[in-house]
Amino acid sequence: SAKQLCFAWGPAEVLVCETLFGRRGGSPSRARAGRAGRALTRCVAGTGEGEPSSSRLFVVRKDQDIYIQTLRKLFNESHGIFIGLQRSEEELAGKSRKAQLVQVSKNYRSVIRACMEDMHQAAISTRDPALHSQYSTQVSILSAMELIWNLCEILFVEAAAAGPLLLRLLDWVRLHVCDVDNMVREVLSSENPSKHELFWNVVDVFVLQGRMDEARHLLSKEASANPASVNMYKILDDLMKKMPVPSLGNTQTLTEMELKWQHWHEECQRYLQDGTFASNSHMESICKILLGDEDAILDKKELMTTWYHFLVTRLLYSHPTVKPMELRFYAQACMDLFLGGESSPEPLDTILMAAFEFEMHQVIKECSIALSNWWFVAHLTDLLDHCKLLQSHNLYFGSNMREFLLLEYASGLFSHHSLWQLGVDYFDHCPEYGRVYLELHIERIPLNTEQKALKVLRICEQRQMHEQVRSICKIMAMKALRNNRLGSALSWSIRAKDAAFATLISDRFLKDYCERGCFSDLDLIDNLGPSMLLSDRLTFLGKYREFHRLYGEKRFSEAAKLLLMLMTAHIAPCSFWMTLLTDALPLLEQKEVIFSAEQTYELMRCLEDLTAGKSDKQKFQDDDVETMKVEMLRLALARNLARVIVKEGTLEGS
Amino acid sequence: QDNRISIWSVGDVGNVGLNSEYQGEPQLLCDIRHNGDVMDMQFLDQERIVVASSTGTVTVFRHHQNNQTLSVNQRWEKAHYHVDQDTSCGGAACTGVVCNNPEIVTVGEDGRINLFRADQKDAVRTIDNADSSTLHAVTFLRTTEILTVNSIGQLKIWDFRQQRNEPSQIFSLTGDRVPLHCVDRHPNQQHIVATGGQDGMLSVWDIRQGTMPVSLLNAHEAEMWEVHFHPSNPDHLFTCSEDGSLWHWDTSTDISEKPSFLHQGGRSTTYFSHNTINQSVVSAWLSNDPTKDRMEITNLIPNQTLSVNSLDVLGPCLVYGTDAEAIYVNRQLLA
Repeated sequence: SAKQLCFAWGPAEVLVCETLFGRRGGSPSRARAGRAGRALTRCVAGTGEGEPSSSRLFVVRKDQDIYIQTLRKLFNESHGIFIGLQRSEEELAGKSRKAQLVQVSKNYRSVIRACMEDMHQAAISTRDPALHSQYSTQVSILSAMELIWNLCEILFVEAAAAGPLLLRLLDWVRLHVCDVDNMVREVLSSENPSKHELFWNVVDVFVLQGRMDEARHLLSKEASANPASVNMYKILDDLMKKMPVPSLGNTQTLTEMELKWQHWHEECQRYLQDGTFASNSHMESICKILLGDEDAILDKKELMTTWYHFLVTRLLYSHPTVKPMELRFYAQACMDLFLGGESSPEPLDTILMAAFEFEMHQVIKECSIALSNWWFVAHLTDLLDHCKLLQSHNLYFGSNMREFLLLEYASGLFSHHSLWQLGVDYFDHCPEYGRVYLELHIERIPLNTEQKALKVLRICEQRQMHEQVRSICKIMAMKALRNNRLGSALSWSIRAKDAAFATLISDRFLKDYCERGCFSDLDLIDNLGPSMLLSDRLTFLGKYREFHRLYGEKRFSEAAKLLLMLMTAHIAPCSFWMTLLTDALPLLEQKEVIFSAEQTYELMRCLEDLTAGKSDKQKFQDDDVETMKVEMLRLALARNLARVIVKEGTLEGS
Repeated sequence: QDNRISIWSVGDVGNVGLNSEYQGEPQLLCDIRHNGDVMDMQFLDQERIVVASSTGTVTVFRHHQNNQTLSVNQRWEKAHYHVDQDTSCGGAACTGVVCNNPEIVTVGEDGRINLFRADQKDAVRTIDNADSSTLHAVTFLRTTEILTVNSIGQLKIWDFRQQRNEPSQIFSLTGDRVPLHCVDRHPNQQHIVATGGQDGMLSVWDIRQGTMPVSLLNAHEAEMWEVHFHPSNPDHLFTCSEDGSLWHWDTSTDISEKPSFLHQGGRSTTYFSHNTINQSVVSAWLSNDPTKDRMEITNLIPNQTLSVNSLDVLGPCLVYGTDAEAIYVNRQLLA
């Protein structure tokens, strides 16, 4: 029996469950979920006979990493750096631009390190073993990311030239190969370092990492403890002191350095061959290392722990003026030698190798595969793009690699209830598809408070996304209306300039008035201000309320004028005319005459228009109340007309 | 969602010396889970904090300083709610809270005003449907009167001594009824009130006269979320906004007041009396003539990105929080 999957897409997740769709009978599987679940149960209704299908619903989520609490700092801080980079001065050229980009790269790395530190603290302070292992894994992933990024910074962003390249690589190794730090600390802090059993290991570590001064310092302790071999120490110390290193400044050219180095190398060679160090195997091996002897260096495998450490040490002692483009040959050779066929390269090794080979696209591709989250590749690619290093590598659906990665990363952010705000800025900086992605994503953010809705609206308004503004305001206004918050609903329709909705709200008010005989929410209607003009119905509501106010204040002639104007200027909807005319009754019945003859004629005309409009059938269906109202009105109007004709015909003063 | 209320220590406030350039990061002392978004919060007294939630619940937390923990002291579950149970599970966000020990006043999206007492289970007074729109913020005017602002641009005074559920006074903006989001009253001169609107405009009102603001100052480019007078130096005002900026409004500067090495000795007495006379008669905030009393406005955030949602100020300290999930503390504010 073939099982099938059915699924429903959500804003950030997919709901999946098993089904045997198509066969009749059987029991439908019960899925416990919300609205999307209901859609699913419809399709699983026709499940097959025999075994009941699984009653479980799976939620498949795209991006898990964004929910890790300690990584939030990484996302937030890197967002700030990203924006700073996009906004930075493009006009700066040459060295200053490069320095700026290197600084950006360093900022990214320091954020990774800060995050690593936090994660490490979390790992050691937690008591839950599962959490501990999760945090520890995260620490090693972050550490690997920083390692790769650092190498990319040296090779691509800074594009260190032969000479400084080696120094940078040395720093890189010293920073990242810390397995030996504990050992070093232990020996240095012991009372008598030279008697410590790991003493020579530490000296070797210093030499392998090119930390000559520290090595010499330790050796001097040994020398004072061992006066018999003082000569040997003096020579070795001298050699180490004289070792030529590439300089960062312009104090010497490469050729000069190479020459010096050649002489120094030959001197070391002579001492070794003379058997100066023959009596002390440790010092002899150090001398061999200084000469770049592959076997001697490989011998100290455990102290180097990684093949790239081996690579840098080898380069230090055999080709200190190595050119960037030559790295690839040495790298491959060193990795093969170091791993020696016992183990195969891990993903990290492949990535680093790709970097040494200057295959940027390969680095990005391998990282994308190895890492569970787009953060790293998106930001690194963006930085490399700013260094103008990536050719416009068009992917088959049109956008380039930088944009593709940024879009993927930002889309992942949007499934988070809070980090979506960061995603907005990333979309802004994707020229081709950013806007479309933003339009689609922003409408799907759940708006559980008004404040969140306001933030989303502000984002839409700033980018002239009018459709989305209208749509969000309508949703909020509808919600408010259903909760009977008429003022809020009006406030949302004003923001969207939605005349139709304002009409809807006004109709609600008028309906309330007709049912109850009084206005609700006077504070709103009395204070509409210019927003009254948003829709005709709203204007009518405001003016009608004004009529009532005037009447309450006994300003009858003004009230009368207003009432008439509401009908003659067609501000009032036809359905309301009867109510308005009925409102005119008390004014007509007043002791003093309020409506002038003109006005009375107008009122009569309105009444006739109203009744003429009704068909005979309607007149027949009208109940007694209606006909009586019309009769009363006609009577009142006639009486008023009579009085006013007399009044207007009478001379003043008599 | 994992929202928390946290208490942080930022070191000794009074210890601002020459070598205190880098005073270390704020340390997290304790935290506690909170259900829903934190919409507003305020200290009730030295130990208790009142928190308004987006679920409509108002909670009082107690901070136990001896063992650095937080616990729930009191909770009003359905302080704010909508009548229609289906739509939002009945809960309406509580948008603002203000305390005057032991009284607590809350307002919310349901247009309701609640008056609680810290030790009582039920509300002392509830004004249902006080407003047909959302009430965004509340503050005390006097011990028995409060000010509220709503989303149709109205500032209302409510008097709890009166039994009827009507505001005693309503003020509105001129022109468009732009929603008002925040309100604060001058610490010393109780007739001066400042409000911030959705368009980023700062309005200053004199509630003794008229129903319209005294001055409108074009400030931010987006919603102004909070406005605060400095409690001890009320010539200083602070506003923060969705546009990512935090502005410091300083009306205390005046050309003749700038001290220079020429002003010495006997002159200082006349200098001060001139100052105090001016201050007590007309506050610079109510001045209609911007050229007469100079106002210095500074944006305290150099690289603005995301919204600054909230701020608070006390003595020389300013603290504010942004949407980039960062809290910033400035301990040398009026130096």
